[in-house]
Amino acid sequence: MSDSTNTETLSPEQVGPQPQTPLQEFWSYFSANTGAVVGLVFIVTMIIVALSANWLAPHSPIEQYRDALLMPPAWVEGGSWTYVLGTDDVGRDILSRLMHGARLSLFIGCLVVTLSLGMGILLGLVAGYFQGAVDTAIMRAVDIMLAMPSLLLAIAIVAILGPSLINASMAIAIVSLPHYVRLTRASTIAELSKDYVVSSRVAGASHLRLMFITILPNCLAPLIVQATLGFSNAILDMAALGFLGLGAQPPTPEWGSMLADALQFVQRAWWVVTFPGLVILLTVLAFNLMGDGLRDALDPKLKQ
Amino acid sequence: MALLEVNSLSVEFGDGPNPFRAVDQVSYSVEKGEVVGIVGESGSGKSVSSLSIMGLIEYPGHVKAEGLTFDGQDLLSMPVKKRRALTGADIAMIFQEPMSSLNPCYTVEFQITEALKIHQGGRKKWRRERAIELLEQVGIPDPKSRLKAYPHQLSGGMSQRVMIAMAIACDPKLLIADEPTTALDVTIQAQIVDLLLELQREKNMGLVLITNDLALVAEAADRVIVMYAGQVVETGPAEEIFSTPRHPYTQALLRSLPESSQGKERLEALPGVVPGAFDRPKGCMLAPRCPYASERCQREVPMVSGDSLRQVRCFTPLDLQGKPAA
Amino acid sequence: MFQFIFKKLMLVVPTFIGITLLTFTLIRLIPGDPIEVMAGERGVSPERHAQLRAELGLDQPLLIQYKDYVVNIFHGDLGKSLITKTPVMEEFASLFPATVELATCAALFAVLVGLPAGIIAAVKRGSIFDHSVMTFSLTGYSMPIFWWALLLMLVFSVNLGWTPVSGRLDVTYWIDEVTGFMLIDTLLSGEEGAFASALHHLVLPSIVLGTIPMAVIARMTRSSMLEVLSEDYIRTARSKGMAPLRVIVVHALRNALIPVITVIGLQVGILLSGAILTETIFAWPGIGKWLIESIARRDYPVVQGGIMMVATIIIVVNLIVDILYGVVNPRIRHNK
Repeated sequence: MSDSTNTETLSPEQVGPQPQTPLQEFWSYFSANTGAVVGLVFIVTMIIVALSANWLAPHSPIEQYRDALLMPPAWVEGGSWTYVLGTDDVGRDILSRLMHGARLSLFIGCLVVTLSLGMGILLGLVAGYFQGAVDTAIMRAVDIMLAMPSLLLAIAIVAILGPSLINASMAIAIVSLPHYVRLTRASTIAELSKDYVVSSRVAGASHLRLMFITILPNCLAPLIVQATLGFSNAILDMAALGFLGLGAQPPTPEWGSMLADALQFVQRAWWVVTFPGLVILLTVLAFNLMGDGLRDALDPKLKQ
Repeated sequence: MALLEVNSLSVEFGDGPNPFRAVDQVSYSVEKGEVVGIVGESGSGKSVSSLSIMGLIEYPGHVKAEGLTFDGQDLLSMPVKKRRALTGADIAMIFQEPMSSLNPCYTVEFQITEALKIHQGGRKKWRRERAIELLEQVGIPDPKSRLKAYPHQLSGGMSQRVMIAMAIACDPKLLIADEPTTALDVTIQAQIVDLLLELQREKNMGLVLITNDLALVAEAADRVIVMYAGQVVETGPAEEIFSTPRHPYTQALLRSLPESSQGKERLEALPGVVPGAFDRPKGCMLAPRCPYASERCQREVPMVSGDSLRQVRCFTPLDLQGKPAA
Repeated sequence: MFQFIFKKLMLVVPTFIGITLLTFTLIRLIPGDPIEVMAGERGVSPERHAQLRAELGLDQPLLIQYKDYVVNIFHGDLGKSLITKTPVMEEFASLFPATVELATCAALFAVLVGLPAGIIAAVKRGSIFDHSVMTFSLTGYSMPIFWWALLLMLVFSVNLGWTPVSGRLDVTYWIDEVTGFMLIDTLLSGEEGAFASALHHLVLPSIVLGTIPMAVIARMTRSSMLEVLSEDYIRTARSKGMAPLRVIVVHALRNALIPVITVIGLQVGILLSGAILTETIFAWPGIGKWLIESIARRDYPVVQGGIMMVATIIIVVNLIVDILYGVVNPRIRHNK
């Protein structure tokens, strides 16, 4: 990066590389990571499928075709191209259910990440900025939550609130809070001691301005990475809750509950089990790949 | 016969058609009991060249040389095991950052006796006594209790003393000190240099002192090698180098010393920095920064000229008055 | 050293208090009247209602209720199951070994595979092996383990018939429970084939449960090892002329393991929550399955006590890890 300052001392043909805009720089780092780009492409495809599930899906996700129970996928003997990925035990088209499930999963992911990110940033900023007793109280609470396995805590919360999609999302949002709080607090404390914050304070900025306008933008990089990983966690936890029957209730086409419904047909119809799981795995993998790429591109420590 | 003979040593990093040459055809020799100073800015290849002598260059680095002989043995062609038996025993090295060069997980005793254990074996009790002896030699007070100390409990100066103790554990014939004082407090620097020179005289070791501190070299070295961008630009006896530098770079280095700027308002300094991996010029490496550079310097690479005692890599070496020859 | 341990112990106390508060509040957060909810559709007579209220201490002021709750915990009393009427503690104790056995095997699998994979990947950085380790670990990390379990079951149990589908032991064996650990009990029983059968039953669940921890450990070991290998003291070690293997084992590994140990400790939480899913799928009679069934049966004292116990175990394990951390890392031990 120091090249730009001394190009004039080099011979004329030695022109340093053109400085990049932050966005260009980000993209050049991000696109250097093949996995991250693959993840991004997959996610974008998923989003498109989810948004247009109503038109793309060949069938209704909840309509039961009584004449086509447990139909295998089209390429297997006995399958039909009417039901490309086959049907489940009550004759619902698996492909259509998966497409509508994508909508649900991504929506839940968004909801959970927004909720937990928002609350996490608020709590973390307050803890890091004011420190003292407020900090201790918040961080103790966070420690206690971290002492509980997230799935167990989510199960406990759902057990109390009653199984439903919204309750499950709330539970997952609460459970993923600690990571955001910790991250925000740590970077707030690190930024707080820097000169630009001091100068802003000297200039008479209010607490709110300092917290949200001065400090927060500089803490965003790790939070963005964590939010991406939060997506994958939300989808995974949601599927797990759905699988345990504590999330979406039938006949909602949720990936995890699709698996749970299929459990008793494992031996007879492999497709009812294989596809929902594969979609969960690929989606989670895509978010994780993208998260890795974002970390490489955003984390200044890893840049040369 | 010289203790260490380096003939046209190059170290390249990276594969492909255009690897980065960190060290470019460097040749020099070190006699028994001689102190050789290697001077240059950071990035000039001083450390890399000495690491390659120790055999510490790892992938993606490649070491090439026409000859690399130590005590009459060819280091490059000998079997790996034999080479390892030499490193740490007959050739030893101390590093720039003493604090991070010691393993934080082990005690001083473990780390000193480890070198003994690898090369000389012996009983545990003997090794322990030897470690105490070594700590005494490097001037650590109360060596017995220090044996049980962990590196984080030592100061920078202490750590460097422990590093020296480790390096001289097997009575090396050649000690390479890579900027041994740069990371230390000014008051400690002189102590460590004195200690190194004292040990060198006592044991009649060859000592290669790598530094960017000219004053230190002037005081300590018999002979000086000046490096720039991976190349040797000038070699010669210490007094001559300092009284009549023949390479513009050496001259610039000397002029940047506070002592040479007495009565002037500011220190003289060479503009620019050592060229990095991507901006190496075509001709002479110094050409973009050299006040005397001609068109030829931009185009062609100058070769080394002069006798074995005094060598310089320049088309127009400086004369006694410090002006380029016609 | 004692001071160090004492300090760590003191830090655990508020966390523990927090857990008791949490589990205490949990049961009071149930919307509506807890006893009505527990009773479900069956309903409950007014007399029984009052009796239950008194039994659960719900007629007392909140503060007294909490005090009683904590005092009871210290006496090992976590209440009684609404369904089976046995003390929660007793049920927990009888089921816990099964979970420990499963979690231990899973952890062993995770460490024995993840650690060497991570080390070799770091040492052979950029090689095909390195790339495959990274790919596998990222996939493992993203794995919905309940699906992974079904998939392995489908392949190994249903199609190949190599492993049993569920349970801990073939029904043909009857083993006296001594320790509760099937591997040990079958050995003690001396019955032929019983041990092999127990081992057989353990394989799939252990792999399933160990997959995510394995992926995490491999990734962490690799990156930690890479960082350590570029440290100055590794160069020092090599400058002493020791064999590369010694450099890696003696000088790099110990330093690299410091963060890995913390990560392994953190896996206990993952193992225990993973056990909920794994046990449910493989019909493994442990804590996880017990908790899920209790939730389904609205057996709230069991849910409350079970969560309390699991959280406590995780705190204790993390404490042990913290202390171990101090043993491995002299800097921590001396400075803090």
